[in-house]
Amino acid sequence: MSKEIIETDIAIIGAGPVGLFAVFEAGLLKMRCHLIDALPQVGGQLSEIYPRKPIYDIPGYPSIDAQDLVDELMKQIAPFQPSFTLGERVETLEKQEDGSYHVIGHEGTTIHAPVVVIAGGLGSFEPRRPDIEGILEYEGKGGVHYFVKNPDIYKDQKVIIAGGGDSALDWTIYLSEVASSLTLVHRSDSFRGAPDSAEKVFNLAEQGKINLVLQSNLSSIHGQDGKLTQVGVKDKGKNETILDADYVIPLFGLSPKLGPIGEWGLNIDKGAVAVDTFDYSTNVERIYAIGDINTYPGKLKLILCGFHEAALMCQSAFKYVYPDQKLSFKYTTVNGIHSF
Amino acid sequence: MSEEIIRIHVEGPDDQVKELEIPDGINLSLMEVLKASEYNILATCGGMALCATCHIQVVDGLDMLDERSDSELDMLDTLPNADDDSRLACQIKVGPQINGLRIRVFDN
Repeated sequence: MSKEIIETDIAIIGAGPVGLFAVFEAGLLKMRCHLIDALPQVGGQLSEIYPRKPIYDIPGYPSIDAQDLVDELMKQIAPFQPSFTLGERVETLEKQEDGSYHVIGHEGTTIHAPVVVIAGGLGSFEPRRPDIEGILEYEGKGGVHYFVKNPDIYKDQKVIIAGGGDSALDWTIYLSEVASSLTLVHRSDSFRGAPDSAEKVFNLAEQGKINLVLQSNLSSIHGQDGKLTQVGVKDKGKNETILDADYVIPLFGLSPKLGPIGEWGLNIDKGAVAVDTFDYSTNVERIYAIGDINTYPGKLKLILCGFHEAALMCQSAFKYVYPDQKLSFKYTTVNGIHSF
Repeated sequence: MSEEIIRIHVEGPDDQVKELEIPDGINLSLMEVLKASEYNILATCGGMALCATCHIQVVDGLDMLDERSDSELDMLDTLPNADDDSRLACQIKVGPQINGLRIRVFDN
């Protein structure tokens, strides 16, 4: 099944503050943008990690909460009608004969654009994987899931959830009604998630509806023909118990990874994309990198630096989008904003 | 006047042990010192105890450190490999009180 190809002027990988502001700068030059982000919402780290933290170094705002800055940026770029693919991680970049690119996501979304801008922050947020030998071969169809996408597949199955945060508690409560047996493994003997949920989980355990294994960690994984059959759980005394399992759902939050960006032939320096500060271009023509994902002598990982990088990048990218036009720089105070 | 030096023993991901010497009064967190010492520590959130990418294990000297705050415990809870001796390096202030601390850092 192939999806329709999304046509745009600039494909922006990453919908954090810098990717969002790039839409504004591009819009001033009549370039349209499509953004793709692995997270299910826009805002990048600001929305995912610290939405309610005040930021003090955004010019013009003595203090602004991270999520509020994202909301304001969304208002600022609205006239330029950006389109979004959220919750999808970019996997591949394919160069076309005319020099333009296909940016392809892990679910098959394809964006076609003459210019690609990587505004990926620290990379894509991926689930934290427990450090267990052989876990990789059971991921997905093998029975190790890091997200609950479709709860129905756990119906009448033996499910083990690991973790102690809100999502571990919430899914334990929900799936206790669905699975044939449900075990929650947690390293401590108390939960730091919502007290309400914690109480419910303890009640379910008392009623024998779930199996609560506290002060323990997942320690081993066993299966046959690529399908999980059992997991080992070790307590603090390092005694291992083997439990039967059809599915294991480790829920330990998300951690940023550079991911496939590292495999696109770009110059990488200490986990960041090396760029030319003239226009924030990479070593590959038509591919730019702005914000926390790039590096250059004197680089500061500040949102305001990313905004500056976005503006200069757009001036340079213009030549690929409008090869026959000459760019003349205009102030918004003189020219205003001309929405699409 | 002799400047006081704080010594911290760091067991790296490659099992190599290094002794870091830090002058007193530099006003840095242990996360910042580890980053400056070229350890591969992400510290995504920059030291707000919000991302758990500066997770370390205290091998010796847990009693030198202040209790873990609620926000630090919340974040440690999201790690698959955290234990009672786990800390977020960003929440440990470098000063004479942690002289002689021995920690293990992980590869991010």
